[in-house]
Amino acid sequence: MTEAPRTMNMIQAINSAIDVAMGRDDRIVVLGEDVGYFGGVFKATEGLQKRYGKTRVFDTPISECGIIGVAVGMATYGLRPVPEIQFADYIYPALDQLVSEAARLRYRSAGEYTAPITVRTPFGGGIFGGQTHSQSPEGIFTHVAGLKTVIPSNPYDAKGLLIAAIEDNDPVIFFEPKRIYNGPFDGHYDRPVQPWSKFAESAVPEGYYTVQLGKARVVREGNDVTVLAYGTMVHVAHSVIEETGIDAELIDLRTLVPLDIETVVESVRKTGRCMVVHEATKTSGFGAELSALVQEHCFHWLEAPVQRVTGWDTPYPHSLEWAYFPGPVRLTEAFKRVMQD
Amino acid sequence: MTGRNLPPLSLHVPEPAFRPGDTVDFADFDMPVAGAVRRPPVDAGPAELRDMPYAMVRVLDDEGRAQGPWDPRLAPETLLKILRSMALTRAFDERLYRAQRQGKTSFYMKCTGEEATSVGAAHALDYDDMCFPSYRQQGLLIARDWPIVDMINQIYSNRADRLKGRQMPIMYSVRQASFFSISGNLTTQYPQAVGWAMASAARGDTRIAAAWCGEGSTAEGDFHSALTFAAVYRAPVILNVINNQWAISSFSGFAGAEATTFAARAIGYGIAGLRVDGNDALAVYAATQWAADRARNNHGPTLIEHFTYRAEGHSTSDDPTKYRSAEEGGKWPLGDPIARLKKHVVGLGIWDEERQAAMDLEVAELVKAAQKEAEKNGILQDGLKQSFDSMFEDVFEEMPWHLKEQSVQMHDERKAAGI
Repeated sequence: MTEAPRTMNMIQAINSAIDVAMGRDDRIVVLGEDVGYFGGVFKATEGLQKRYGKTRVFDTPISECGIIGVAVGMATYGLRPVPEIQFADYIYPALDQLVSEAARLRYRSAGEYTAPITVRTPFGGGIFGGQTHSQSPEGIFTHVAGLKTVIPSNPYDAKGLLIAAIEDNDPVIFFEPKRIYNGPFDGHYDRPVQPWSKFAESAVPEGYYTVQLGKARVVREGNDVTVLAYGTMVHVAHSVIEETGIDAELIDLRTLVPLDIETVVESVRKTGRCMVVHEATKTSGFGAELSALVQEHCFHWLEAPVQRVTGWDTPYPHSLEWAYFPGPVRLTEAFKRVMQD
Repeated sequence: MTGRNLPPLSLHVPEPAFRPGDTVDFADFDMPVAGAVRRPPVDAGPAELRDMPYAMVRVLDDEGRAQGPWDPRLAPETLLKILRSMALTRAFDERLYRAQRQGKTSFYMKCTGEEATSVGAAHALDYDDMCFPSYRQQGLLIARDWPIVDMINQIYSNRADRLKGRQMPIMYSVRQASFFSISGNLTTQYPQAVGWAMASAARGDTRIAAAWCGEGSTAEGDFHSALTFAAVYRAPVILNVINNQWAISSFSGFAGAEATTFAARAIGYGIAGLRVDGNDALAVYAATQWAADRARNNHGPTLIEHFTYRAEGHSTSDDPTKYRSAEEGGKWPLGDPIARLKKHVVGLGIWDEERQAAMDLEVAELVKAAQKEAEKNGILQDGLKQSFDSMFEDVFEEMPWHLKEQSVQMHDERKAAGI
């Protein structure tokens, strides 16, 4: 089915993923605020209602609890809902339906009922969204048994991972790094944004393909330090690595649960140093889990403490966005710390 | 605070009419006359139904006679089947309550006094209509003839428990009987039922969904999300509120009962709402049938408030004598649902006291035999019955590395400890 690739940005790749999946399986339905007629505030679902009709792609009331609760019920019926939460900051009203219901339904019913839903939600800052349009709540979901957490960093992966998530029989939270919807972001907010069309990852096949969940991608090989990142931070880290000339190995985790521990461990044992980068607040963030795992699996290979580069433990401030964002300055300092021992 | 010539504000905190030791007097209870409420056509629009949530649909009068337009005119065998399902539900509750007191299980919840609200409804639904129950709807499974032994296995978390000992007692899940897995998080099943019904409608199916929650949990956000979605998409769903007056120790006033009825919540959402005598099996049946007809013919959802009384404690962990008058249950103006239906069928000449006594004995023996059968598979106090590996199963469809690792670790720990 795979056809010649065409250049897509991440929004187009996500749209294409849903389109391809819906065309293959009529059980797939899309629901969320503004996703139908309007095609989503970010245009991720544009054209889908026209193609698949109002009973498969439809707008919902502004009720995240309702959106996810209804999706769980639809999944129980036998459909495969792909609900959208317009911004990850608004996922909290749906938390109980995700954490207590979707995540545990298979377990509590010993497999009688399952909730194969894929919750799409844009997350992360860097778009002047203030503290209500910028958060990175992925750590909350990685803490919950029964949920899978997926975060793409480029158009090709976004499409392949999303199709894999929709086909997965477990509930998946699919976080979309909205800062890089239209092009990669190197952390230098004062530079013009480069469109995805200039990068190889924008070559996206029109048809069906998947990127396996639970497999990380080695973005760049290196020998001195392993950098673990996902989403927007893959690009920021990549840019800083190039600028500083450090021989770092950069790993794009792609899925946090299930995590590709083998790739992480293999790399850290080779480099002897590790740095974790994410945009979410530091305390109890996923970086803490990664640091602990690296300690558990690679302690005897480590030559320096694992460094965490994260957002601060504050809400995301509108006017001080770039002081909050873990950009080149914070990464460069962390590289110095991790390399000095 | 000072310098403003205004009366001080005061906070209203609801208080139930009777507390322990109080003499109970229901003289002020507005007892609606059986048969007096109109039965609107099933295609009536919500605007034509606005009086219904403030009335109360009742069929059986004090003499046990069926009255008025809501009389479902059921065949004798159906009436007797409903009566037997309710008697079996009560016998089941009696026996399993005792089993908890004997230490055979950790927990139990009776539905005494509320049997009609699930049994009556179950009989008015099709077997493949999907039920999203709360934790006091064991009557649904019993009315659907689900094996009692299977229910007791679940309560005992024994080796035959299909749920692998993961759920608290009474948190059944029976896909075969279209009975959804029960959640302890209140009213989460409400939007799920609406979603199921929306899916059924979107697929051009003919099945409908029904959900149950208590009046206390109508205060949860999920309740209101569900009603919004049900109204917006005209979902073919029946949303039942069991108003049994008490949410553990909080009386219905804390869920808003002083200001309005629970059925009247429907009006604000533009959906049909009915208030029903929940201790009248025929009224419950008729209301459910009416709502099911509406749903099946694409006239949308119905919210039904079943006005009833929780005759026993909230659960085996509760002592209702600490917060409500001991007289309350006995003086409940709407009586006992089983006694009322029995009076009705006796009055029809299709039943008598002797047959009732024989049936009571028969269902008690049936539960006793089922309990013995279930106990062959173990009781809770026998210790762990599930395989240790089962702990890590069903978290995901396929077990990821970290769960495999933890499973191995658990086995190693136990081995090292000599267990």
